[in-house]
Amino acid sequence: MGNASSTLTQYDIEEVQEHCNYLFSQQEIVALYERFCQLDRNAKGFISADEFLSIPEFSLNPLSQRLLKMVDGLNFKDFVAFLSAFSAKASLQHKIERETQLPIIASKSVIFKVYDIDGKGQVTFKDLLEVLRDLTGSFMSEEQREHVLVWVLEEAGYTRNSSILLDDFVKVLSSPGLKMEVEVPVD
Amino acid sequence: MAMAGLSSSSSEMDLDRPILEDYISTDSIQRIPQTLHLRELLDISPTLTEAAGAIIDDSFTRCFKSNPPEPWNWNVYLFPLWCLGVVVRYGILFPLRLAVFIAGWIVFFLTFFPVHFLLPSSNKWRHKMERILVEMMCSVFVASWTGVIKYHGPQPSMRPHQVFVANHTSMIDFIILEQTTAFAVIMQKHPGWVGFIQTAILESLGSIWFNRTESKDREVVARKLREHVQGPDNNPLLIFPEGTCVNNQYTVMFKKGAFELGCAVCPVAIKYNKIFVDAFWNSKKQSFSMHLFRLMTSWAVVCDVWFLEPQYLKPGETPIEFAERVRDMISVRAGLKKVPWDGYLKYFRPSPKLTEQKQKIFADSVLRRLEEK
Repeated sequence: MGNASSTLTQYDIEEVQEHCNYLFSQQEIVALYERFCQLDRNAKGFISADEFLSIPEFSLNPLSQRLLKMVDGLNFKDFVAFLSAFSAKASLQHKIERETQLPIIASKSVIFKVYDIDGKGQVTFKDLLEVLRDLTGSFMSEEQREHVLVWVLEEAGYTRNSSILLDDFVKVLSSPGLKMEVEVPVD
Repeated sequence: MAMAGLSSSSSEMDLDRPILEDYISTDSIQRIPQTLHLRELLDISPTLTEAAGAIIDDSFTRCFKSNPPEPWNWNVYLFPLWCLGVVVRYGILFPLRLAVFIAGWIVFFLTFFPVHFLLPSSNKWRHKMERILVEMMCSVFVASWTGVIKYHGPQPSMRPHQVFVANHTSMIDFIILEQTTAFAVIMQKHPGWVGFIQTAILESLGSIWFNRTESKDREVVARKLREHVQGPDNNPLLIFPEGTCVNNQYTVMFKKGAFELGCAVCPVAIKYNKIFVDAFWNSKKQSFSMHLFRLMTSWAVVCDVWFLEPQYLKPGETPIEFAERVRDMISVRAGLKKVPWDGYLKYFRPSPKLTEQKQKIFADSVLRRLEEK
């Protein structure tokens, strides 16, 4: 486990675990702390945008800029909370919650938040267009993008001027299920 | 990571590196929607998962992680032994080694500079003396941190039309190899006292300097390399194609420069045994002086060096494929894992072309579905 665990007390681990709704095990939190310390080069207590971008795989992700707005400057607790949406347990919770129809699951709310980057509480046509632009770059014209979006929105019963809420996201993304999990390598 | 074969259509892409998509796409989740409904456009989960995966652990940063050794001394009798060891290492060994080191340098300077400045550069004897002195100095250097080095395979010979390539963990790689054969190197010019040594001494061996930040530099360096390997009296050239220090558990991609000189490539594999000290020099975390201090206060630096069979470019093989083949040989011999990243990503961002590749794949599939409607 290395040196990291010596600066993270049991109390700290439990606090972080609670903050992420117990979606990570204590071992995973220790492993994430090592990773956090590795990325946070001068022990500032948060990871800067530049340090995230020094991860080549992250840097070449089409949605990296949008994600950066969400993760830039997070302290360790919030860093873990953000990543908890990708834990295997989150998916499981999702399965359970589908059956018992409990409200919002972490994974879908992350997707919602990526679209609604300015936190209005709803996703507008402009947001959809921006994400589609990030994903397709210069390989689709703006008209083509708008055309596609209007087409699929109308097919789903929305209009160009509709605002999509989190509940709508949950409904649309429910079938078939989402697969969005990442494994935390534990020593 | 699954290593897919290299396609030979690398001429269209950035010529300096293989097509990374061959490596990445086998792992990444392909986003090709089968139908086009709102759901397919809203579901960005594969892309997000890749990003989160990269944040949690990525194969590039892993190459530069120095793994701290597990403490073994928490025990009634082991702990006092360890304390005694610390006293011996810092109090006795280090001063002794430092003394040897300084004495060696003094002798070296006293003999090297007269030879270097008093004799004309055409004098063959001068070159021979310089080579011997450099080899001697490197042996002193190795002794100053008690290098226990085992060489396997035939010793390099002095003849033209060959280059030596090795994996790179620290600047001491060069010294370990230099003590048996006076190689000429191609290196990044460093500041400080290291830079002084580079200019004063290594240049006499015929070394070539490059500057990572200058892109025009590449052509100049390539030309110098070619000139060097032609000359029969030049010292054999040693190149570290990774371009940066890696933690001796992985190898990053080899730059093709050494593999397109039209001569034999002799692979050298270096593996350090971490038993007493981790020889990886994390140049971002510590200066070379600090790194040396750490080596000089440990019991010994144990390593194995294998001189492997010279390789030639096979018919129909591109230099990049050749580089990968040799990297494979070295990685297998030294027990290192290969990762598909360019070492320069430590200093520069990846090319936006890679992001564009992903965008193109997605855009094309959306447009295709659109046409079908």
